[in-house]
Amino acid sequence: MSKEFFYAKTHEWVQFLDDTKARIGISDYAQSELGDLVFISLPEVDDEVNVGEEFADVESVKAVSNVYSPVTGTVTAVNEDLLDQPELVNSDPMEAWFIEVENISDKAELLSELEYKKLIAE
Amino acid sequence: MEKKTPLYDCHIREDGRMVPYAGYILPVQYKTGLITEHMTVREAVGIFDVSHMGEVIIRGKDALDNIQMLVTNDCSTMVDGQVRYSPMCDGMGNVIDDVLIYKINTKEYLIVVNAANRHKDVEWMKGNLFGDVELSDISDDMALIALQGPLSKDLLTRIAGPEALPKKYYSFLVNVDISGINCMVSRTGYTGEDGYEIFCQNKDAVRLWDTLLETGREFGIKPCGLGCRDTLRLEAGMPLYGHEMDDTISPLEAGLGFAVKMNKEDFIGKKALLDKGAPKRIRIGLKITGRGIARENCPIFYDDKEIGRTTSGTHSPYLSYPIAMALVDVDYSDIGRKLLVDVRGRKIEAEIVPLPFYKKA
Repeated sequence: MSKEFFYAKTHEWVQFLDDTKARIGISDYAQSELGDLVFISLPEVDDEVNVGEEFADVESVKAVSNVYSPVTGTVTAVNEDLLDQPELVNSDPMEAWFIEVENISDKAELLSELEYKKLIAE
Repeated sequence: MEKKTPLYDCHIREDGRMVPYAGYILPVQYKTGLITEHMTVREAVGIFDVSHMGEVIIRGKDALDNIQMLVTNDCSTMVDGQVRYSPMCDGMGNVIDDVLIYKINTKEYLIVVNAANRHKDVEWMKGNLFGDVELSDISDDMALIALQGPLSKDLLTRIAGPEALPKKYYSFLVNVDISGINCMVSRTGYTGEDGYEIFCQNKDAVRLWDTLLETGREFGIKPCGLGCRDTLRLEAGMPLYGHEMDDTISPLEAGLGFAVKMNKEDFIGKKALLDKGAPKRIRIGLKITGRGIARENCPIFYDDKEIGRTTSGTHSPYLSYPIAMALVDVDYSDIGRKLLVDVRGRKIEAEIVPLPFYKKA
């Protein structure tokens, strides 16, 4: 499996497992900005996700935020551990994937690790 | 442009995440995070900058008579050094603000008001004064630091000695020496824990903050932001102006009947409250049993009928489930009733539970 992470400007990460299959999560910067997460809602397997459209909610104690899909495709797995332990996203955001998507037909403009670091440094 | 409190640099030093609030720039949390700050107040001691709160002095021979007209609670039974909570109503019997009244002596009272309402309150009070009385808004000269949590007494005793501390809840002492700083110390708070609120001059605020933080270290003290101030008061079932009450909500609807003394000769709003009779809606506590967090202004349903709306809501760090307060039709307000709350278009299950959600042991 490729270890490389790509990032959307809306602070989600994408890790491609092969050409048409990827895992999606949120960046370390995003979890740190959100603060302690206490609730996450996820789509269901077989749901369609679309580039730039929200597919999940993350709630901290203070506020709710949307998570946007960096790809278009079909959800083939959701990380149900996050439903009971949303704090996993705070403690290890790069391990705490939200969904797995297959049949990827489109993707957002994605940044490399370095480009993303530059973006959040601005 | 928001104002800085005298403790602004202290917050930056502690990596406070600064946000605008009620005309001030204040920390919503520090680097340790809201949940840790919240639990520190429940288990040890937290320190808050609440300098944004407004302070108004009412002085003169007719001070008490004026206060009796301005607020709904009865202040005639107060002794020097006592604090009393009260709503302040308009002529319609709706809430202009909720305030704390400090009796310094029979001719001098301090009123602590919500920051966001300060100018409105001062105008309102000035417009209703009569007889031998004068009002001064000293908010811009005063800093206010809250020390909250079960270890706050031990910490303050260590610094100032046992004699310096007010003995009873809702009492205060003036001219308390804390490391050479002249303070007023009040045994009050907005967290549901034992604690103190310490007033001092702006110029002394940083030194007071640093002294408390330094000595507090062995007690496990942490600086705490507005975020956990809100979750703490919510767990404690304490109302917040602009949420559980405002100028469209009566104090009786807000569940503040204990502080509305209808047997008092007169007060502004009394007639309107009498005319309105028993409230048709009432403040309740909700435990969210479904998946999701109800924030403020979510519609509440029983059998497809909308019976009210949430006024505040959050995930409770202490209880580890979401809680909310709401104003609902009094006919549907019984404890144990199961309701549905509309959270962004999704109806989730909730149950009416007694307030407060949290009560200290």
